[in-house]
Amino acid sequence: MSMEFLIATAIGALTWAGIYLSLRGRTFPVVLGVTMLSYAINLFLFAIGRLKVGAPPIFSEEAATYTDPLPQALVLTAIVISFGMSALVVVLSLRTFLETGTDQVDGEPDPAIDPLDGDRDEWIKRRNAHRIDMLGETRP
Amino acid sequence: MNLSISDNLAASLIAAPIMLPSLAGTMALIFRRRRRIVAAGISIGSTALQVLIAVALLIRASQSDPTPYAMGDWPAPFGIVLVLDQLAAWMLLLTSVVGFAVATHAALTKLDRKGWNFHPIFQFQLLGINGAFLTGDLFNLFVFFEVLLIASYGLILHGQGARRLTSGVQYVVVNLTGSTLFLVGLGILYGVTGTLNMADMAARGAQLAQGDRGLFLAGGLVLIAVFALKAALLPLHLWLPRAYSSTAPAVAALFAIMTKVGAYSIIRTTPLIFGDVAEPILLPAALGTIVLGFAGMLAARGLRDLAAFGLIGSTGTLLVAIALFDGDGLAAALYYLPHTTIAAALLFLTVDLIVRWRGVEGDAIVPTPRFAGASLLAFLFLAGGVALAGLPPLSGFFGKLLILDAALVSPHAAWIWGVILVTSLIAVVALARAGSTVFWKHDDTPELPEDREPPRLVQALPCLFLLALLVGLTVFAGPATRYTQGTAAQVLDKPLYLRSVLGTATTPSPNAQGDAP
Repeated sequence: MSMEFLIATAIGALTWAGIYLSLRGRTFPVVLGVTMLSYAINLFLFAIGRLKVGAPPIFSEEAATYTDPLPQALVLTAIVISFGMSALVVVLSLRTFLETGTDQVDGEPDPAIDPLDGDRDEWIKRRNAHRIDMLGETRP
Repeated sequence: MNLSISDNLAASLIAAPIMLPSLAGTMALIFRRRRRIVAAGISIGSTALQVLIAVALLIRASQSDPTPYAMGDWPAPFGIVLVLDQLAAWMLLLTSVVGFAVATHAALTKLDRKGWNFHPIFQFQLLGINGAFLTGDLFNLFVFFEVLLIASYGLILHGQGARRLTSGVQYVVVNLTGSTLFLVGLGILYGVTGTLNMADMAARGAQLAQGDRGLFLAGGLVLIAVFALKAALLPLHLWLPRAYSSTAPAVAALFAIMTKVGAYSIIRTTPLIFGDVAEPILLPAALGTIVLGFAGMLAARGLRDLAAFGLIGSTGTLLVAIALFDGDGLAAALYYLPHTTIAAALLFLTVDLIVRWRGVEGDAIVPTPRFAGASLLAFLFLAGGVALAGLPPLSGFFGKLLILDAALVSPHAAWIWGVILVTSLIAVVALARAGSTVFWKHDDTPELPEDREPPRLVQALPCLFLLALLVGLTVFAGPATRYTQGTAAQVLDKPLYLRSVLGTATTPSPNAQGDAP
């Protein structure tokens, strides 16, 4: 199996999983899906400079050929940005879950899993009473 | 050559719209807890200074060809450049005036006291928007998109609340997916052309082998899809109404520019790099967007929904003019662009004041007890509505007239005329219905809350400032259209852009000049 086939399949599988998961109704699969998509993109960006084995990116005295260093720099930037974004979306989903009592992306509680209407206010109140103040803000 | 420090500074002024907000944002971060008033002062002062800088850049851009500024002192295809041309200067001026109005409004209405970080995030938002307008590099455009998005996540959640958080999650997920798609497009384009500089990519894209051409255009279409997502074009508009109507209206007023960042990116990249590849898709999608936006206004139950759908509809009108991709169409679009942005911002800020001064029922379009200051708000709402619907006497009328005139040469002229005229009528009906319900009908049943903010007329100053800008754009329509015609000619003059950015002429670089007295 060639390396091109392996990388292409990996990117395809990650993208497939990412799209499927990010279309789910609850925030946890969506967060995972977005993360999968960003992994797929990182691999893809890495591969756009063509796949070369054993070639240095910038300088080596023995090197016969070089690999393109720019995509590696791009991947680095993309990794940093997507890592920060993942952290943000995790915190945001958690906060939304704590405030609304449901982790459905559309904010509409699912009666099969989430606490019932009357229970929910009580539930949110109990949560809020001893939760960690994640964003470091004083509550009104 | 005898170059002085003042010449260096003049050359570096191009970077000022990026440097200034980053400095001001950091300073505001330092003062935000102990001296809120200082933070607000820094923020407003920074936006005011940005207006002056934008005016200076506009004057310079109108007198010269596109000017590159090499950030790391490496020339164009290798280093990252900022490019100042008439289009960038026009957008910078628009951003700075709207930013100034919104920052002042936020300080006057104490919106900035609902959380600690309003002013720092606001400045970083402006940093991202200004950078996106100035950069001449596609990957840098992605980075600035991320900067403005990250700041917008902070702003959209400002003030918090369950509804804001729910719509915030959706907004973030949609935009994360958009960023992923942006990288896909960038990756394809880099893989085919081996460059990320816009001018260099335009030059190489024209010389591609036949086999690579399809891949190149596919990459271009992916990018245009991302820009269309930012501009809330028809199938990709679904994120906007909920996000904009559940955030603070003042924040939504600033976000009126964000849809224009998408429109700007289409104007910047399409004629230069991709040619007419997107034309057959863009025009029908834009027409559909107008219908959907203005029909949505008719169905809106809240004033913020009304303004959000109005923003979608007027951005659609703008994209119709852009989709013509000829000199007259672009000139009309560039005249209509600041108008629609300012009109939407004016409407959002007015809605914010209505919510505050009325004290009951939030922004719902229902009759309420009489409230103080209603006549001033009714006037502002009328002005914003007239502007957004494109009625005379304000500049929207000229803008739509120019667009209709430019559309005459298009084979689809009948469609464009029909849709724009009919939807203008729908918008007028929707605005008249909302305005008469809110301001003319009265219903004394709802109890006024005791802690209602008494109206402070000074809070209406930013709205009046925006209105004055619209009047100015109407009165000086002559010089403004001459400028936008020059801009459109410059945007469509591809050889000029390539020559200016990549040319052998020395780029103004502070170091080289400083060492050569």
